[in-house]
Amino acid sequence: MHMSDALLSPAVGAAFWAGTLGAIAYCSKRLRKSLNEKIVPLMGVLGAFIFSAQMINFTIPGTGSSGHLGGGMILAVLLGPHAAFLVMASVLTVQALFFADGGLLSLGCNIWNLGIYPCFVAYPLVFEPMVRQKNSPGRILIASVMSGVIALQLGAFSVVLETLLSGKSELPLVTFLLLMQPIHLGIGIVEGIATAGVINYVRAARPEILESTPTSRHLENGISLKKVFMTFAMLALIAGGMLSWFASPNPDGLEWSVERVFGSPELPEPKTGVAPALKSIQEKTSFLPDYNFREPVGEPVSNETGKSESSWPAIKPGTSLSGIIGSLMVLTLVAATGVIIRTWRRKKTHKK
Amino acid sequence: MTFDREYFNLGYLDSLSYKDTFIHRLDPRVKLIATLAFIIAVVSFPKYEVSGLIPFFLFPVLLFSLGDIPPGFIMKKVALMSAFALFIGIFNPLLDRQPMYCLYGFTISGGWISFLSIMLKCLLTITSALILIATTSFPGLCHALQRLGMPEIFISQLLFLYRYIFVLTEEAMKVVRARDMRSFGNKGLGVKVFISLAGSLFLRTMERAETIYQAMLSRGFTDKLHAMRPYRFKGSDAAFLAIAFIVLYIFRMHDIVGTAGRFSTGLF
Repeated sequence: MHMSDALLSPAVGAAFWAGTLGAIAYCSKRLRKSLNEKIVPLMGVLGAFIFSAQMINFTIPGTGSSGHLGGGMILAVLLGPHAAFLVMASVLTVQALFFADGGLLSLGCNIWNLGIYPCFVAYPLVFEPMVRQKNSPGRILIASVMSGVIALQLGAFSVVLETLLSGKSELPLVTFLLLMQPIHLGIGIVEGIATAGVINYVRAARPEILESTPTSRHLENGISLKKVFMTFAMLALIAGGMLSWFASPNPDGLEWSVERVFGSPELPEPKTGVAPALKSIQEKTSFLPDYNFREPVGEPVSNETGKSESSWPAIKPGTSLSGIIGSLMVLTLVAATGVIIRTWRRKKTHKK
Repeated sequence: MTFDREYFNLGYLDSLSYKDTFIHRLDPRVKLIATLAFIIAVVSFPKYEVSGLIPFFLFPVLLFSLGDIPPGFIMKKVALMSAFALFIGIFNPLLDRQPMYCLYGFTISGGWISFLSIMLKCLLTITSALILIATTSFPGLCHALQRLGMPEIFISQLLFLYRYIFVLTEEAMKVVRARDMRSFGNKGLGVKVFISLAGSLFLRTMERAETIYQAMLSRGFTDKLHAMRPYRFKGSDAAFLAIAFIVLYIFRMHDIVGTAGRFSTGLF
């Protein structure tokens, strides 16, 4: 469920990065204020714990598939939402860099999807109120399953939203939702059970750990929910504003505006040589007048101006041949460059 | 086993980043900014663009050869990681059947073109991210982020995390190996065993955190990690950045493939 760079448009990626960076800055500020320096090494080591615990799979009975710990919820329970968010962000950063889960542009989206929802929605709104009065193992189980499901549903919905706003996929909203939400319902339940299991294990073995962590003492008076939500709403507003600004004129968002700015200039076609002849053969063999233009059919927003229609690929059959030949040429050149540098370097090291 | 492989990959990527080549010596900030610019340039291409993406392969190829990075290793990881893009992208050919190209009687629908475009973008972006970490050490990247204005706490979190990942994954790996040896078939691989494994791993982690904190206090830790910063913005950095930006700009703005194609068809 990690979002991928290839499915994102720059506008959506940038908007979610903006939201994520804002959240990181906010959480860092809160932690610096709390002046609990002990939490710094604890956060680091717990991040490594989540990282390695995620690598331990367990089988899910009756399905043949396997699950692993999610991380966001358990961290929120143990460290409190602010520190948990930072830890989650750092874990996802390392995963993006070393395991290439998603990519660097989509890292903002991934931190948002897997960090914000468990730490700032599911934990304070679902988990915390449910165990505040009385926390028995059973209640912790129900609370973590519920919050796990909610966090993952929101995360999956977010993935759908990001993909659709980027406009690279053809999947319609409903199909996409039907594809994503049920899978993540199952994953959420499994993760909730695993999270509750670990929390209850720790609670039974070393209850003082849960007591000494900031959260089992409930949200301290220093952390006001109102502020969290104000910030959250602000971030959503900024992100939403940016998105709608870019997304409204055209489903392709910034892509469209980038194209308007950069619009690749058409170079004049050669008038001599065999190319015109080849082109005329091409035109005869594959001339399909209706297919020259790909109408933006089925896109939610139609272009009233008609200007951006030129930004849709207007394919003339003649250019497709030169396009393929050109691609092959460029690829060969690129590969040759690599080989040349490699042999040159090898020679140099041999001489040494 | 996947666990061992992931762990060794992590270590291998880390060891790659300590090579000493021209690319490795560049300022991490420069590499980070250039990588981001590259990704944005690639991703900003419209949905149906294929040929415009081809010249961008020059960047990974150059970095592979100049940075002395084994391409096979990186490409294997990339192939594994393209799953999500593949999963979402494969619906494009099914849903978008509008003919787009016609080549010697074969009609290619717009869906296949946009699918190809997604997969090329995926290939380019994931490769560039992996090359970034293979040519820049993780601590180096963290310092770059810090200099670019990331909050100090987040940076020290990243550095701490990185430091202990190797310790804890090694421990987890032992635990997993022990479990696998004692379980036949699917027995013992369920949630129950997992919970006690993860729980005890967690308790040990907490003890470790406590020890680490004591050790840090006795060495005079306040609340910041101080690190040596051997990087300085040099002339070669400026040159690299400038060239990268210019080439990216040319690749993004001009139809290189079209020009090459017309040039070659014009030759005959």
